Amino acid sequence: MAVLLLAEVMGDDLSVDSTAKALTAAAQLGDVTVLVAGGNAAAAAAEAAKLTGASAVIAVSDASLANGLAEPLAALVVSMAGDFEHIVAPSTATGKNVMPRVAALLDVMVISDVMTIVDGDTFERPIYAGNAIQTVKSADAKKVMTIRTAGFDAAGEGGSAAVSDGAAADNPGLSEWVEDKVEESDRPDLTSAKIVVSGGRGVGSEENFAIIEKLADKLGAAVGASRAAVDSGYAPNDWQVGQTGKVVAPELYIAVGISGAIQHLAGMKDSKIIVAINKDEEAPIFQVADYGLVADLFDAVPELEGKLG
Amino acid sequence: MKVLVPVKRVIDYNVKVRVKADGSGVDLANVKMSMNPFDEIAVEEAIRLKEKGVADEVVAVSIGVKQSQETLRTALAMGADRAILVIAADDVHQDIEPLAVAKILKAVIDEEAPGLVIAGKQAIDNDMNATGQMLSALLGWSQATFASEVNVDGDSAVVTREVDGGLQTIKVKMPAIITADLRLNEPRYASLPNIMKAKKKPLDEKTAADYGVDVSPRLSVVKTTEPAERAAGIKVGSVDELVAKLKAEVL
Ligand SMILES: Cc1cc2nc3c(=O)[nH]c(=O)nc-3n(C[C@H](O)[C@H](O)[C@H](O)COP(=O)(O)OP(=O)(O)OC[C@H]3O[C@@H](n4cnc5c(N)ncnc54)[C@H](O)[C@@H]3O)c2cc1C
Ligand SMILES: Cc1cc2nc3c(=O)[nH]c(=O)nc-3n(C[C@H](O)[C@H](O)[C@H](O)COP(=O)(O)OP(=O)(O)OC[C@H]3O[C@@H](n4cnc5c(N)ncnc54)[C@H](O)[C@@H]3O)c2cc1C
Repeated sequence: MAVLLLAEVMGDDLSVDSTAKALTAAAQLGDVTVLVAGGNAAAAAAEAAKLTGASAVIAVSDASLANGLAEPLAALVVSMAGDFEHIVAPSTATGKNVMPRVAALLDVMVISDVMTIVDGDTFERPIYAGNAIQTVKSADAKKVMTIRTAGFDAAGEGGSAAVSDGAAADNPGLSEWVEDKVEESDRPDLTSAKIVVSGGRGVGSEENFAIIEKLADKLGAAVGASRAAVDSGYAPNDWQVGQTGKVVAPELYIAVGISGAIQHLAGMKDSKIIVAINKDEEAPIFQVADYGLVADLFDAVPELEGKLG
Repeated sequence: MKVLVPVKRVIDYNVKVRVKADGSGVDLANVKMSMNPFDEIAVEEAIRLKEKGVADEVVAVSIGVKQSQETLRTALAMGADRAILVIAADDVHQDIEPLAVAKILKAVIDEEAPGLVIAGKQAIDNDMNATGQMLSALLGWSQATFASEVNVDGDSAVVTREVDGGLQTIKVKMPAIITADLRLNEPRYASLPNIMKAKKKPLDEKTAADYGVDVSPRLSVVKTTEPAERAAGIKVGSVDELVAKLKAEVL
């Protein structure tokens, strides 16, 4: 059975980690064709062709596809949908933006955030901020879904799929891109990092957040934040971990000055080892932490930073 | 311009969710229900557009059980002008899929002809994050999801969106569907006098059948289970002890 995987592209680059993880999921469903769409998709398509498990790659380059705008991208996916029984994308901001639109255009339900593939029609997904896991069975002829990448290992590199060129669909011309404000950073990407250090409201200010960043840099870690820290302006929005932010599952997650609200836990409780530093010994974060340290973060974090490495 | 805001009645975000022992779903009997938090943000944004003179009417719509009236009254108390309830289920445990919700909303929109729809980005019960996008597809309108800033300017709107790497700004043609993210605004609380006034504001009741929409689901729920529990951890007494543990296990 044939699967179309919409690759994650940032600028002209393939986002290898999220694409490779979604590919692992897609390959459980059948033969995978990877669709790489962008302003200039050639280099990203060549990258995608190397991923183990990709049978074919279709590269579509068009100015309308350069910025992940939902309408032209959804139109493209729909124009190719005919041959495929499953249409899959990683559950990134772009995937979440585009796939429900694709599903509605095909008159099928979207299945968001699939964490386990039971069979070709049956999938597990988290609901209620991960407090329940629902197994759903689709009656639709085509299954359109997004994949929660934290639940799948990345496909390796070593493949050599053939790359062909495809054509963009008509751009309905409903929206135009104005600008992206993306922080360039040397730190690893939050969703693929092996270690994440997150700060919460307890950190107290944007200036104080530097101690979180210093610890992260010492560990080669990505930096995360709770919603409260983002809302208060201590950290940028794309650092938010949780039900309505990013979902991470690193080897090590260090939560500093974070109370552990269910909405935050939804984004990190599948981490392998969780460390919590909080001065309130009753904080709910300690219920999920493998190692809890009851301490003032302004003492403990610099000390930890000094004693590591 | 008329602004339409779809609002969903969901389990309150502070309530601890309990999965029913027979695996049939989540127990919603006698639990506190509230307006989906993202929808409060959407209502707030619509009211602010009215206060700025950009919008002249705010209509809240909810689809679900009869009790969704309460959610609509909350929207009216915040400042929406009138409300439409589309009854599509008679048991609180029966949820309506985003595709069906989007089809009903489309039918409402065909009648109401709003210039803008502001929905929430995601409902915190089923976390589908789908309805706005689906509605936009069915209408053939522009879509701007995960909005953290909205500026309506004549026949277009400039919307800043929260995306994976940071922020993206796009310009969409009106009419448009916008979905609200957390940082769009801080919703107001309804004051007591406004709660009283809201009781007199118009609330129309319809049914899904009135719009000729088939709400039969495409997905069937096979089972609902509790997530795996994490084994209890330990408290360490000092930073040194923590460092030793980390070095032994991960670093
Ligand atoms: C619809 C909705 C969606 C949401 N989505 C998310 C989401 O995606 N992600 C998310 O994180 N939240 C989300 N939330 C918010 C969530 O409910 C909590 O409000 C938030 O996670 C709290 O952040 P916090 O733990 O940093 O702050 P608080 O709960 O205020 O906790 C701060 C902690 O810091 C500790 N502390 C303070 N000072 C010190 C010190 N000097 N040393 C050590 N410890 C200290 C305190 O003991 C406390 O435990 C959402 C909420 C809603 C309604
Ligand atoms: C107990 C239970 C039983 C279920 N039973 C079934 C079943 O039998 N069959 C089945 O196929 N699926 C079932 N489901 C799954 C369910 O139908 C979908 O997963 C669910 O509708 C996902 O959408 P969402 O509410 O997360 O919408 P989202 O797309 O996340 O919502 C986004 C926004 O859309 C708007 N919106 C959404 N819904 C409404 C509404 N009703 N009224 C007004 N505005 C709205 C709001 O602005 C909201 O912020 C069930 C789910 C549960 C919890």
